[in-house]
Amino acid sequence: MSTLEIRDLKVAVEDKEILRGVNLTVQSGKTHAVMGPNGSGKSTLAYAIAGHPKYTITGGEVLLDGVDLLELTVDERARAGLFLAMQYPVEVPGVSVSNFLRSAVTAVRGEAPKLRQFAKDLKTGMDALAIDAEFAQRNLNEGFSGGEKKRHEILQLELLQPKIAVLDETDSGLDVDALRVVSEGINRFRAAGDTGILLITHYTRILRYVKPDFVHVFAGGKIVEEGGPELADKLEAEGYEQYTKASV
Amino acid sequence: MGLTEKPLSTLHEKASYDLDDFEVPTGREEAWRFTPLSRLKGLHSGKAEITGRVLTQAYTPAGVTAEWVGREDARIGKAYVPADRVSAQAYNAFEKALVVTVPKEAVPAEHIRIEVRGGGTDGATYGHVVVVVEPLAEAVVVIEHQGSAVYADNIEFVVGDGATLKVVSLQDWDDDAVHVSHHHAQLAKDATFKGFAVTLGGDLVRLSPSVSYTGPGGDADLSGVYFVDAGQHLEHRLLVDHSQPHCKSNVDYRGALQGEDAHAVWIGDVIIRVEAEGTDTYELNRNLILTDGARADSVPNLEILTGEVAGAGHASASGRLDDEHIFYLQARGIPFDEARRLVIRGFLGQLIEKIQVAEIRDRVMNAVEAELAR
Repeated sequence: MSTLEIRDLKVAVEDKEILRGVNLTVQSGKTHAVMGPNGSGKSTLAYAIAGHPKYTITGGEVLLDGVDLLELTVDERARAGLFLAMQYPVEVPGVSVSNFLRSAVTAVRGEAPKLRQFAKDLKTGMDALAIDAEFAQRNLNEGFSGGEKKRHEILQLELLQPKIAVLDETDSGLDVDALRVVSEGINRFRAAGDTGILLITHYTRILRYVKPDFVHVFAGGKIVEEGGPELADKLEAEGYEQYTKASV
Repeated sequence: MGLTEKPLSTLHEKASYDLDDFEVPTGREEAWRFTPLSRLKGLHSGKAEITGRVLTQAYTPAGVTAEWVGREDARIGKAYVPADRVSAQAYNAFEKALVVTVPKEAVPAEHIRIEVRGGGTDGATYGHVVVVVEPLAEAVVVIEHQGSAVYADNIEFVVGDGATLKVVSLQDWDDDAVHVSHHHAQLAKDATFKGFAVTLGGDLVRLSPSVSYTGPGGDADLSGVYFVDAGQHLEHRLLVDHSQPHCKSNVDYRGALQGEDAHAVWIGDVIIRVEAEGTDTYELNRNLILTDGARADSVPNLEILTGEVAGAGHASASGRLDDEHIFYLQARGIPFDEARRLVIRGFLGQLIEKIQVAEIRDRVMNAVEAELAR
């Protein structure tokens, strides 16, 4: 049982305030959808929690099971059980996927996985996400299509088994087939353990595959409305217009 | 182009076997302005005494000959004419030259190894090596520099019609070594040359690989990896002179620098002369600057004298580690130091992968690992 508590989080980028006091608690076993228009600060929330150096925390706390993540380095946060699936995974030349995954799994688990078991887990994970076997030898994200990058993010999610996963627009740029494969991966991850998910998205489409327990509407750097899955239906019908107007 | 600046094609025309044809450099010359002359220990001024000890040994597989010959031997200086003062000094001062010959159509099963081992920095030593690969032969040469020395040398690679020569030159000197070297490859019709330089050790290393063509269809690939630590000056000066039609050249040098006064210099000169129609050339230099206090000078020069090229380009980029790379790896739990090592290893490793002799490739990779662990 894990809890991620975001308390009055305020974040700036180059002196410009982006997040203006975000409060949100994610319990393991629950899926929270954070929805909002472009530029509302959704991605800033994701990157600030993970510790990207571009974002300056100007106030508030982020606690994972009582530990203040904001006091930890990026890698310590990941080892504490936080995972961020990136919207735009970066290409790293010369670092192979298999080498990267083994290094990550070793770091998060605190010991190197048995080679044979790791190879087996990797194959199972790749098969389930319809990732070609030769992928493991390719350079990290280099020359991957948009869909391949996102499937690779979910592969990492399944291998690393974090306590809390933040998925930043994992659905953007995916066609329906890829969206289904990725959603199945997320659902496998949800079913496999007692984990919490913060699913950041612009569109309601993914919520037909990954059912949320809670929906939070984000606008102007804070949460402006909260509710159950029915809130997503309302957004589908009415769009974000009422919130963007309200926040001006 | 300023009045004092001459085009490349004239800059390299001053070549001579006669030492007196070259003034003692002052450091203001284009060819010497990056090199700290005070650390050359007299190699450039004629003041170095020839009392140093450098042991050069050749290990050749069956079918390949290695001979030590006097300077009157007709094969010496045939492919290469010294292009600067230190090169001419070395040419005039070496005692015996090593001549390695790979006979026509021979394809030796093993690589040829030339070991150059320095025995100290008291006094200078000069050397000369000629490697002849006769028509349609294929050979691999590994040159290893180790120990400590004040050493200047010229190496001529003569690659015959349709022949292939691959060379790995490893500069793995001790910290106080000074080494100034010219590696010239002369490519006959349809010849292939792949040169790979790895420069890790030494106080000052100045390596000048150059390529010329005597017939059409030649293909040269020059790669290099260097790792510069505090106080080191590692300089690579490349020249590819396209004077024949339908030849190719590709240059890719990558370096990492760390520590106070770590200095890398890369000069990439490519000339495409009027007669070199259909030339295809690309040159690239990238530097990864890992700490404050390190400096990389990178100067690509491309001079095109014909309108008929198949391709000609160059690029140079020097910068810090990419924050986004490090963030991505750290976000997966990988600690900063390890993330940094993975990225640097990847950056250099992509080139090191091109070394086809597995044993040497592993050695180079291990040497880079050792640098990263410093």
